[in-house]
Amino acid sequence: MEQFAPVKRSKDGQAVRYLIVDDSVFARKNLARMIETFGGQVAAEAGDGLTAISEFDRTHPDIVLMDITMPQMEGIEAAERIVQSHPEARIVMVSSVGYQENIVAALQRGARHFVQKPVKPEVLYEVIKYVLGEDGVVANAAGAGV
Amino acid sequence: MKMELIQPFINAADAVLSQGLQSTTKVGNLTMEEEGYRRKGVAGMIAVSGDIEGRIILDLEPETAVKVASHYAGAELPESDSLIKETIFELANQVVGNAISALNDQGFHFRVHPPYLLTAEQCDKTSEDTEALMICFETSLGNVFMNVALRYNKRRMADHARVGA
Repeated sequence: MEQFAPVKRSKDGQAVRYLIVDDSVFARKNLARMIETFGGQVAAEAGDGLTAISEFDRTHPDIVLMDITMPQMEGIEAAERIVQSHPEARIVMVSSVGYQENIVAALQRGARHFVQKPVKPEVLYEVIKYVLGEDGVVANAAGAGV
Repeated sequence: MKMELIQPFINAADAVLSQGLQSTTKVGNLTMEEEGYRRKGVAGMIAVSGDIEGRIILDLEPETAVKVASHYAGAELPESDSLIKETIFELANQVVGNAISALNDQGFHFRVHPPYLLTAEQCDKTSEDTEALMICFETSLGNVFMNVALRYNKRRMADHARVGA
């Protein structure tokens, strides 16, 4: 898999921590591998929206990658609930169902961005940088911010 | 079956497989299935309901399924690994999700149901007003078969027409 310049947290230079939410083990593994190529760290994983809420409360990740169609609680509702209690939460919806109504609903309820599956690493990388904004920094090979 | 319904599924499968397997995919034979679907190997089935209803099956011969799942996992998987089934499910989800996104933007509304493993050797014959089309995608790791059986939900379409009138 392609390697990317590591994206670090600007406040302390540490790896960006991610919560991956998807009912598919395959999809979670795939996203985890991509995150590693971005220099990130998986803080937790969840297979449904309800678990995502509790895992967010437990781990306080920098970014959440959230599927939409899941058992128990769907991703858009979980995103809304997380943002209600943590307005600073950065949630990126990652779903194969990418029609306009779905995207608009997710953004209206607190998601910061939307990435359609199958996920292209270079697209996700750019979205991560955009969503982190000034809270993220692209490190050079020596680990210093550029 | 109208090609306007089928084409988004062909496009989606072509894109998902080409990107995932990082090689070109060729659309091979298209055949109409008149009998019940006969499973080839590891098959994931997804039902859709709404303006259009029916089901989509993604089916890989066991050897191909192992190769494809191993490719995605980045390591050789044994035939018994549960990740093989998960991989086929996720590929089916991506194909159906991408296709219905295109159809939704054309005004059709759906609900996609979770995938499940097709275990029967042969499915029941589709109903008289539902034709099934089998499409073979030739990939670098073997053939991937997609069976699509869809029909317009006439009652839902009539409701939309009334509301729009």
